[in-house]
Amino acid sequence: MMRPGFTDPVLDAQSCFRAVLEAMSRPGRVQRLAAPLQPPAPLAPATAAVLLTLVDAETPLWLDAGDEAAEWVRFHCGCPIATTPAEAAFVLATGTPPDIAALPQGTDEAPEAGATLVWQAAALEAGQGWRLSGPGIEHEHRLRVGGAPEGFRAAWAAQRGRYPRGVDIILCAGEAIAALPRTTRIEEG
Amino acid sequence: MSHDPAYNFAYLDENTKRMIRRALLKAVAIPGHQVPFGAREMPLPYGWGTGGIQVTAAVLGPRDVLKVIDQGADDTTNAVSIRRFFNRVAGVGTTTRTAEATVIQTRHRIPEQALTEAQILVYQVPMPEPLFRLEPRLAETRRMHALADYGLMHVKLYEDIARHGHISTAYSYPVMVGGRYLMSPSPIPAFDNPKMHRMPALQLFGAGREKRIYAVPPYTEVRSLDFEDHPFRPHRADAHCALCGSRSSYLDEVVTDDRGGRMFVCSDTDYCETRQASRQEDAA
Amino acid sequence: MAYVAVKGGEQAIGNAHAWLAETRRGATAQPELDVAQIEQQLGLAVDRVMAEGACHDRGLAALAIKQAQGDLIEAAFLLRAYRTTLPRFGHAAPLDTGRMRLRRRVSATYKDLPGGQVLGPTYDYTHRLLDFALAAEGGAPEAAPQAAEGLAEAPRVTELLAREGLMRRERASEDEPADLTRQPLAFPAGRPARLQNLARGDEGFLLGLGYSTQRGYGNNHPFVGEIRQGRATVCFTPPELGFEIEIGEVEVTECQMVNQFHGSKAEPPQFTRGYGLVLGRGERKAMSMALVDRALMAGELGEERAAPAQDEEFVLMHSDNVEATGFVEHLKLPHYVDFQSELEVVRRMRATAAAPQEVAE
Repeated sequence: MMRPGFTDPVLDAQSCFRAVLEAMSRPGRVQRLAAPLQPPAPLAPATAAVLLTLVDAETPLWLDAGDEAAEWVRFHCGCPIATTPAEAAFVLATGTPPDIAALPQGTDEAPEAGATLVWQAAALEAGQGWRLSGPGIEHEHRLRVGGAPEGFRAAWAAQRGRYPRGVDIILCAGEAIAALPRTTRIEEG
Repeated sequence: MSHDPAYNFAYLDENTKRMIRRALLKAVAIPGHQVPFGAREMPLPYGWGTGGIQVTAAVLGPRDVLKVIDQGADDTTNAVSIRRFFNRVAGVGTTTRTAEATVIQTRHRIPEQALTEAQILVYQVPMPEPLFRLEPRLAETRRMHALADYGLMHVKLYEDIARHGHISTAYSYPVMVGGRYLMSPSPIPAFDNPKMHRMPALQLFGAGREKRIYAVPPYTEVRSLDFEDHPFRPHRADAHCALCGSRSSYLDEVVTDDRGGRMFVCSDTDYCETRQASRQEDAA
Repeated sequence: MAYVAVKGGEQAIGNAHAWLAETRRGATAQPELDVAQIEQQLGLAVDRVMAEGACHDRGLAALAIKQAQGDLIEAAFLLRAYRTTLPRFGHAAPLDTGRMRLRRRVSATYKDLPGGQVLGPTYDYTHRLLDFALAAEGGAPEAAPQAAEGLAEAPRVTELLAREGLMRRERASEDEPADLTRQPLAFPAGRPARLQNLARGDEGFLLGLGYSTQRGYGNNHPFVGEIRQGRATVCFTPPELGFEIEIGEVEVTECQMVNQFHGSKAEPPQFTRGYGLVLGRGERKAMSMALVDRALMAGELGEERAAPAQDEEFVLMHSDNVEATGFVEHLKLPHYVDFQSELEVVRRMRATAAAPQEVAE
């Protein structure tokens, strides 16, 4: 049987959006979701909520989460499933995320066409780990992303050279959400 | 409070909200860049805040407290009209107190009281393109933004200085955001520009007719264009408010008779009333 | 000094709305106009509001006209704002105007042609003399003899020319056309977006631009190949059925202008077409649209682009009267904060300009 989506599709989406907007506006700060969701494995509640909030028929989604999760997302969001990450507006990674350089980057005229990577991490902890700076951050935020692959920081640093083109990341773990917009600088903690 | 059941919460349908929300997130991720969006026809005329209204509608939740100002005042007719609209279609609480609001929609002013991290400022934008007076073609200005080719604007400002001794732009004074994008701050007086710099609140901009959304994240560098020998200087009327005595707020000039009589009062009505109230308390 | 900050916006708005309602109704000694009367007797106004309001519903358009006191731009705005709130079930198949049931069909390029010329209910040859009998409530006119609707064979004039190789064939495209109501215009816009924009565009704006091409600002030697007006069938494939069904019909006016083209390196001299299609009976608009559409093809055809009507961004960005009226009329909103800042700047500039003279004196 298909597991349900939001209990209140209007207000749950609104509160999840505000959490994502807050996360994107203050990179590295961890937001907690209020809406209880029980999506199929391997989707975490935060991941599922972000998809329900942002993905629909206008946004091709690529995902690595298996058939059951794909079916659930397609049923609730009505989104086309992209065959490769390079064709997706949203890319969901529950395992090791794909190389960000392989995702749509947008163009200098339309950098907003760069993909959004929804990255379900093992854990998210504020106050430790990476040192983040840039727009949205007064002095410095710290964020530890559990299971971040080797080489991610280098790829992220390389992306800064392509600015304003690039990829933005929404991080999810359990009921926690954080974000890394393309403007954020990451230094090892 | 509840909203009018004839319409979806906050008027817009969920597809439209999702589309606007996606645009907002990209706008925050690329500070100062104008993101095109599929602006809808709203039940208010284009040019009267439809962009700001769509942004507010996409952001607003039932726990928000909304303040709407036009020219700094809560009781100007268009501010009243927009506040009533949201009261009807979203049933949200409204306030005139800057400190109590979680979302502030504004036309032409930034409140005098410093905004906090718990607030979002939504600007109504009639013309999002800072270069439009110099180059009206969108195809061309898009290219200029892509290349960060803003020489034309510097030339224009420099010609001002050569001709008038200073820059003649008094409002919609262009700013550089995050050192990359030239941005229109909307038609706020240049006096308000410095408030945008490293503001703790998130600033969102909606232009409905021109179908563009842009944003300045918190604590982001916003620099008014200027020259080393002609630094940017915000101006206000050299007077004090006749009602609260403020010497630092932005003032409206009020003509009191046809013999040259005039007085100055704060444009920010909440700021002015708060000051008047505290003066009365001090006096009592 | 007795200055009180301007208050009472709320009350002012309430009072204004009440006064507006009273003014709209007019003298109550007169019977109230009902929406069906508007729909039947002000049919061309209804059609214009449907076209510019981009919503085919005669009853709603009539209501909008009543509510707007006959201000057709205001009425189009009401209808547009309503249409945005409607759910979208899907896309209809393209209308086949070649098979529409014709009420009117005229060609200026041939004296006679298969299917014939049908004047239909037109003002064209009326003498514009005020008919005082109407003021005296003339009653019902006698029934008019009518051509049988749906002329058996009425091939398109442009097709007749195309078969002879004299008319440039438009390339068919399988691409999904842009949707103006979903995506903002970007330039170059391409013909589908252009035609959508013009079809919703303001009649007066297109009329003026079309006229300007005739006066030499981007002239393209137009002939009315054909104007046809009538009802076209709307077909739709519901996803749950999986096959196409007829869901109704809409009245439309189509105009194809035949224009000379000198040819280019890639193409021989031939005729080209400007296309106009308008919801309802909007012949003036359909003709203007066809002129402007052809003018906007200048770029694609390698013609010089110098006139306003040939400038795609200029035309498309200013054709929408709902956008235009909002922005023009927004100037009446308070701007005193901006004006104050301008006052300060002008005063400072005058002081700067005056200063050296004072020194000299």
